[in-house]
Amino acid sequence: MNLLTPDPGLLFWMVLSFGVVFFLLAKFGFPVIVKAINERKEFIEMSLLSAKQANERLAAIQQESEQLLANAKAQQKEIIAGAMQEKQKIVQAAQDEAQVSANQIIDDAKQSIQVEKERALQDVRKEIATLALDIAEKVIGERMKDDAQQRKTIEQLIEKL
Amino acid sequence: MVRRLLIYIICVFGFAVTTKAEEDLNVSTLIFEHLADSYEWHITEGAVIPLPCILIEEGGVEVFLSDKLEHGATYKGYHIATEGDHGGKIVNAAGERPFDISITKNVLELFIVCILLCSVVLGLARWYKKNGYKKAPGGFVGMMEAVIDFIDKDIAKESIGHGYERFSPYLMTVFLFILTSNLLGLLPVFPGGANLTGNIAVTLTCAVTAFIAINCFAPKEYYKSIFWPDVPIFLKAPLPIMPTIEFIGVFTKPFSLTIRLFANIMAGHIIILALTSVVFVTAQMGATMCASMTVVSVLFCIFMNCLELLVAFIQAYVFTILTANFIGLAHSE
Repeated sequence: MNLLTPDPGLLFWMVLSFGVVFFLLAKFGFPVIVKAINERKEFIEMSLLSAKQANERLAAIQQESEQLLANAKAQQKEIIAGAMQEKQKIVQAAQDEAQVSANQIIDDAKQSIQVEKERALQDVRKEIATLALDIAEKVIGERMKDDAQQRKTIEQLIEKL
Repeated sequence: MVRRLLIYIICVFGFAVTTKAEEDLNVSTLIFEHLADSYEWHITEGAVIPLPCILIEEGGVEVFLSDKLEHGATYKGYHIATEGDHGGKIVNAAGERPFDISITKNVLELFIVCILLCSVVLGLARWYKKNGYKKAPGGFVGMMEAVIDFIDKDIAKESIGHGYERFSPYLMTVFLFILTSNLLGLLPVFPGGANLTGNIAVTLTCAVTAFIAINCFAPKEYYKSIFWPDVPIFLKAPLPIMPTIEFIGVFTKPFSLTIRLFANIMAGHIIILALTSVVFVTAQMGATMCASMTVVSVLFCIFMNCLELLVAFIQAYVFTILTANFIGLAHSE
């Protein structure tokens, strides 16, 4: 049995066909497949990376928006507090002003009352003097010579009363 | 070891039986006929595919179908020798061998394997060209991708390291070639059944390509480590002991690849054939014996076929990873 001696015919065909198959596959077969596999690997890695980056960016945006919200709330609080203060100030000022003007009015009223009173008193005095003169004329029955002199006297008398 | 012992036992058993019933059945002849190459593809009794014989001699080229030489017939002075050095081969009238490049059973099987390999791999390449890398493959394409990626990353890249891309197409070709041949060899019917990777010419060619891949692309340091290795001077100066050992090692590596693949696959074929033959051998020993031995034979055959399926993958893997390791060794500083 010549199982251990290679047959030249089979050797010839084997070299030929293995060579052809190797050439075909190494040129048009395997490089295409391996390239596609590697490209897909890269693509998957890239996708994972970009997904991770997108997630990170999303988290950053979320944080930023929270920050913004917090800032807005703080600002709002500040504005409200400021407005309250302003309101109180305005109210206070209005009250003060009202007080001042009320006092002014009261003072004016007091003054004018005083003046009126004086005038009324004076009128009363004048009337009384006239009345007294009239009475005195009637009582005496004659007209006094010096009107002004008489009037002065009477006024002095009234003052003493 | 266990397997070799088993072959021995079975062969002895086979011979012992055949000597008893020589005229009816000769198991060893039957087994060796199946292992050896033949000029026609024998499917079953009466169903024989004749294959073209191509003979080259000084006179020219002769092409004819093998059925012209059936049953010891002579055609144009050629006939199939029955014994001697050229037993089972075509010889001319003077009993000499012409340069015989006939399409024998093994050659046809080789063509089938090559066509299968080319159509599958080029079909895959077309799929990737069409779909690009954005579509995930499924089914057969996915399976093949796993295999190719495994050889590329886990065998070539792991063993060779830097510059492995140059060698990975070769490793893939050799892996798929051996695997396909092994698997087709296990098929008992037409597209398979030939003993391709159990033929030394085939494994020798595979090993020669491995030899070329290992040695022809190696850097200078590799040749320096062979002819002037880094050992004490007396081991290499007056008598080149280490260089001789290293130089022999260059050839023993592919030689071991040749023998390992050849012996493993051939042994598997012998065991399966021998176990199948048990049925026919025991046919002459009475119905009870034959029936019980048939059950045993079928069970063992199933077991051996499963084992050979495993061996088909293992041997393809071993050949590839050893070649990759040898290439890696040649390229390491």
